[in-house]
Order: sequence, then structure tokens, then C-alpha cells
Amino acid sequence: MIEMFKEWCDARHEYAREWKQKNPKGKVIGYFCTYVPEEILYAVDILPVRILGSHEPQDVTEPHIFGMYCPFCRDCLAQGLKGRYDYLDGIMIAQSCLHIRQAFTSWQLHIPVGWSYYLPMPNNLQSRFTLPYLRGELETFKKSLEKWLGKKISDSDLDKGIEIMNHNRGLMKQVYETRKQNNPPLTGLEAMYIVVSNQMICKREHSVALEEMLKKLPQRKLERETGARLMLVGSEDDDTEFVRMVESVGATIVVDDHCTGSRYFWNETKKDNDRLKAIAERYVTRPACPSKDWPQRTRLPHLLKLAREYNVQGAVLIQQKFCDPHELDIPATDRMFKENDIPTLFLEFDVTVPVGQFKTRVEAFLEMLSQEALF
Amino acid sequence: MNKYPTEPLKCWNKAKEIRENYYRDYATAKENGAIRWAGGAWSFGAIPAGLGDDVYCLTGEPYGASIAWNKEFALECQEATEKKGYARDLCSYMRNYWGSIILNKYLWGGPFPKPDFIWQDHICCSHAKWYQVASELEGNIPSYCIDVAVGPEGEVNKNRVDYVVGQMSDGISWLEKTTGRKYNDQKLIEAVYNECLSTSLWAEVCLLNKTIPAPLDEKTMYSLYVLGTLMKHSKIVADFYQELLDEVKDRVKRGIAAIPNERCRVMSDTQPPWAFLKVFRYLEKYGCVSIGSLYTFGLIGLWEEKPDGTWGARTTPQQKGMKIKNREEALRILAEWNLAKPEWQHFYSPQLKSDMMIRIAREWKLNGVMLHYNRGCEGLSLGIAENRLALQKAGFPVMTFEGNMGDEREFDETRTMARIDTFMETLELKKVEYTMS
Repeated sequence: MIEMFKEWCDARHEYAREWKQKNPKGKVIGYFCTYVPEEILYAVDILPVRILGSHEPQDVTEPHIFGMYCPFCRDCLAQGLKGRYDYLDGIMIAQSCLHIRQAFTSWQLHIPVGWSYYLPMPNNLQSRFTLPYLRGELETFKKSLEKWLGKKISDSDLDKGIEIMNHNRGLMKQVYETRKQNNPPLTGLEAMYIVVSNQMICKREHSVALEEMLKKLPQRKLERETGARLMLVGSEDDDTEFVRMVESVGATIVVDDHCTGSRYFWNETKKDNDRLKAIAERYVTRPACPSKDWPQRTRLPHLLKLAREYNVQGAVLIQQKFCDPHELDIPATDRMFKENDIPTLFLEFDVTVPVGQFKTRVEAFLEMLSQEALF
Repeated sequence: MNKYPTEPLKCWNKAKEIRENYYRDYATAKENGAIRWAGGAWSFGAIPAGLGDDVYCLTGEPYGASIAWNKEFALECQEATEKKGYARDLCSYMRNYWGSIILNKYLWGGPFPKPDFIWQDHICCSHAKWYQVASELEGNIPSYCIDVAVGPEGEVNKNRVDYVVGQMSDGISWLEKTTGRKYNDQKLIEAVYNECLSTSLWAEVCLLNKTIPAPLDEKTMYSLYVLGTLMKHSKIVADFYQELLDEVKDRVKRGIAAIPNERCRVMSDTQPPWAFLKVFRYLEKYGCVSIGSLYTFGLIGLWEEKPDGTWGARTTPQQKGMKIKNREEALRILAEWNLAKPEWQHFYSPQLKSDMMIRIAREWKLNGVMLHYNRGCEGLSLGIAENRLALQKAGFPVMTFEGNMGDEREFDETRTMARIDTFMETLELKKVEYTMS
């Protein structure tokens, strides 16, 4: 039932190449940030593929990105420099952190693609001028796509794109909903495969697989103890090795707040005659990346709500080394959890994680949680 | 025998005095019922100027840099910040600033002077978050921040300017509500004129460094450009830059050099390691002058391409004969003026910065470039590795050195000096003997 999602993650490039063979007129766009409005890409049958790293040590990015930027952005660029995304017809970013932006701009400079687009996604999501501004930028983006593709994007095209995205988001919410159960029918690792594959597989196909899985989930019983219910919070995280390790020592990840996880699909695009406005609103109101969470902190109440709803016993705060936006939020996040009697464990991630050392720390954390339950 | 005559700047003490008054006036503002605000060096200081003549600001970056120059206090600040759980690879100006709040110590003595409100702008990931944390550390001070990350100058359009101007305009209502004062549009208009003038005049000063020998060296320029980071919107700074321009013109006319034996010209990049400005003095031993950088030219200075294709000071609205009639016009001019800031362009592509750097290297007749891979600033180090490649491709020898503008724990002085020796050798330079004139 879950194997397909894992296979998609493992064979992401093969999938995209096959998709192109099946859709000879179709285009594949690599994107670097989940603020990219995929609705508009699906409106014109483009396959958006999120560019992620491979978690392997590499030596190709040093001439392009200074080593004080996060390992994730360097890992992403390495994939391009190694030619692993050679099937892309174009690349795109929606403005978020400075780190991942460098992977995009170096890609523009050194890896030939037919089309690239920098969407100046607003950082101030709390101003009344943000929505009209982003709507205007989406209009410009739409025009750029139309010019590249040589065809107009109609309202019905946009409706199609919105419907594809919303349908998938609704299904993903249902999948995450099952994780609220006392004995969740999915492990955190399985959930990670499901949500990460979602960012590189055609949504239509992914939704079919989700529907199939959701039919079977009520009957599914995991032959394992749930153990401590944990939440993952922080920077981009698609590190399956880490999650596998955590869940091997007496815990289950029941929810997350990652851009590679729940933040990607959490809210839907509402219906509006002005489709671009509706899409803009979806991205302005989605759970925020810390780089955009100001002046008010909207992330903290959202995180606490998730922790309560998923009956979380402890939170693992994950930060990609040098990730400034999360470094800026972690002390406040840590404080908030502790004030609400949710213990935290802070871990700094690199391209590869020291699983042995982290295992010792996770075990100690779980031991602490079990003692809290005892006393 | 020295090759060129040198002499100290006559207006040097005045620059020092303006800076000293700035920090003193901010600290003592409350004694006279004046208003204090805190925010970044790039924030739109011209806007709070509309609240009255008794409005004083503390801009975070120069304050963080000033702390960096005091090694003991800087370390104290950094350790206090780290104790609060903040990562030590965050912006070092920000950590110095937060540390000063946490310790409740002002660099020039006394407790940290709490602002009445925060007035910030945002283009780097750390900008808004810096003051979000500062506000919390100081007991939730009212805070307003304007997002200016709307794309490069060449792609500015009405939608993008409207977004910035809209935030500015709401900011004025917010200022009135926060301070209880009535806003004066005329004072805003005057401040906008001053800002355009001072930032254009600074560019004119930098332009004179095309001369051989260069009348100013970068170490000296740091003490001068900084005034624009403190209050670029004030008449005091605009007047000073006019006086400075006149004096530097006179130096050029009389052949007064920054260093006595100029025979090699380089530029640097990003903020220097402030506690180690001796790096620039060391260059002089080789007859090498750093004539500035995109950082010193364009952090505050505003530029444009002139009809002959060269880079020159941006033409001010007043030079164009424009009369600003109302608030809307003032805000729009202020937004458009700032969106053209050279140091805002690389946030969208390193190529934009490389193009400007190559232009400087050519027009200022440089022999090489020294790039400071600055671990203390993710904003200005952004894309620096690509800048290195582009400069090399354009034929300019490049030396890189790692360091940190505000945290000396990340600067290796011996290794940097050794790198400079090697770089000078590759430029076929040997140390020269000279006498002070």
C-alpha cells in the first residue's frame, strides 16, 4: 500500500522521464520552494517537480555557494550540477529564504534550461497590500508562462489547476487525520514518503494512489507499539534515515511542520471568481515559513494547535545547519512548547545526519518522556 | 621618497562629531520628551522624520559594527545572545545588538536606551526577524516593518511600487497611532529631498576615487559612508557630504593621495572584519590602495548609468526640477529611489552584482579584488562565490578571505595576512619603504 510512494521517492527522476515520454508535449518544471503556485502550472498540464537533495556528500557546489549557507541548498544545486535533473524544461522559485535562492540563481547561471522564473513572493504576509500585490505578480507570472508555452491560460484552465491541487490537499489532510488515532495506521516514515512523493509526482496520479490507500487505512493495524507520540518541527526535512531511526527506538512521528510536510498541503484555494486572487490568498494564508512570519508570530499558535490535536508528547526541533529563518524562530518555538509542557529535543541537520549520535540523544529524550509519564 | 603627497581630511573631525552626537542624542532623547525609534540602516528613516524635529533613531547595523570594534564588549554581547539560545552563525550585527539589550548596556555607557517603536524594512531573511526578537527582548515594543523585496531595479513596475508605497502609507497611520503625534507631510518631503541628496552626493564622492592616485582609501571611507547609514534623510548628513565632496574635489585638484605610494588598486567586498581594519593599513605596505567596493559605494550611495555608459551619481528629483507636492508623491519617490539601491540588486541574482563589480573594476582601473567571505552577513555574502567566478572570468585576479564583520572568533588574522602576502606576490608587488608626509 505504501510501497508505491516509496518507489516514487526513490525513482523520482525515472518517473519524470517516463512522464515526459507519455506526455511528449508536456513540460516538467523544477521548483525550489513550496510558495510556487502549482495551481497555475497544473492549469497548463505542466508537471511541477520539487528539487530536493540526495543526502550524499558532494564536492561540486563549493565554487558556487559559500559554505556558510545551508547544506540543503547546496545539496539541491549539486543535483543539478551532476545532471540528475537533465530532463527539466524550466526552473522556478518563489522568493523565500536567501539560502535556497542561491541554488536557484546558480542553477540559472550554470545549468542550461529553457525557461526560468523568479516569483517575488511577498515576505510581509500581514499587510493589507500583500494580497493585491501577489495577485498582480501571479498575473505577470501567468503571462510569462503563456508567452513561453504560446497559449492563453483561461479561467477554466485555472479552475482545473485549482481542482487538481485542492483535491490532493483534501486527501492529504485525510491521511494526516488518521495519524491522530491512538494507534496511527501510518508511521511517520510512511507519511514522509507519501508527502514527499507528492511534491514530485503528478498530482492526479498521486491522488488516485491516496484514494486507494485511504480505503484501506481503516483496516490497517501496524504490528508495532506506537510508543511516544512525537512531532517534527523545523527546516526542510526529507531525511527518511533519521525518521526510520527515531521510530525504531520506541516512538512514532504523528505530525510535522515542515515545508516538505504539512505546510506544503495544509490549506486549500478557496473558490472566487477572481481565480488569481484566490490562489494568491491561499499562499498568503498558508502556514508560514519562518522567513515570512512577522511582525506577529503566527507559527506558534499553529504549532501548538497541531501538537494538541495530535496528542503530541514531545517535539523534535530540526534545523538545517546555518538555516537562519529557523535559527531565528527556534528559541521562541522551544519556549512556547516548554511553557505548554511539551518537552523538546533540538537537532542540527546536515546533508547526512550522524544517526548513531542522534540515536543516543533520541533515546535519552524518549527516556525522559517516559519518566515524565511515570512521575 | 614618497610618490604622492598625502594629508588628513579636514572634515574628519566633523564626521566624528556627527557620529558622536548621533549616539549621544539618541541616548538622551527622553530627557527632552523626544521620540526614539530603532531599525535597520536601510529603513525608510525619512518617514518617521514627519513626526517632528525631535525624532532620533538608532540604526542596528552600524551599532552592531561599533560594538564589533570593541572586542571585549562584542564577546560579552555574543555570549549573552548565545546563552539565550540563538545560534552563533546568525548575523553578527544582530547578535551584538541583541546582546546589548540582554545585558542592558549601551556601548557608550549607561543602560540600553529603549526605543519608543521599531521601524524596519525587510529584504534579508534576518531583517524583520531581528526586530521581532528585539521587540520581544524589550517587552514587546510596537514594531512596523516594510517588505521591500519586490525584485531588481530593472523589473520594477507599478504593482511592485504600489506594494511598497502601500506599506509606507499604512506605516504613517501606524506612526500617528503609536506616538499620538500628528504627522507633518512637509517634514517628510524635506527628508526625502535630503535622503536623495545625501545618497547621491556620497556616490559623487566615490566617483572621485576613479582618479589616480585615489584621494580616499576604503578604510577612511568606512568612517564617512557610515553617516549615511545613521541618518541618510537628515540635512546634517546631506550638508556634510556636500562639504566632503568639495574637499575631495580639492584633493583631486591638488593631487593629494590617500596613500603615499599608490601603485596597485583593488576593491574589497562586503563589510570588513571591523576589529581588524589593520588589513587595509597592511595593504599600504605594498603600495596597494583599496579604493572602495560595491559595499562602500552602494550600501547607501545611489547610482545610475550616464549617457556615456559610465557609472555616476544618481540624478536627484531636485536636479530634475521635480517639486514633491504631497505625501503620495514623496513616498513614491522614496520607494523608487531605494529600489534602485545597488546593494539591493544581488538579492535577486548574483549576476547583477557581478556586473556592477566588473564595472567598478574597469572604470576605477583596478588590478585585483579582495572578497571578504563574510560569515557574519548572509545578506551581503549572498552569491559571493558566483561573484568570484564572474570577476575571474572578466580577467581580474581575485583573493578571498573568510572572516566575520562582527565576531572576531571567526577571523584568522595571521592566515589573512599571509593570504594578502601571497596575493600581492601574484600581483608582482613587493613591500615598499615610505615616509609619512
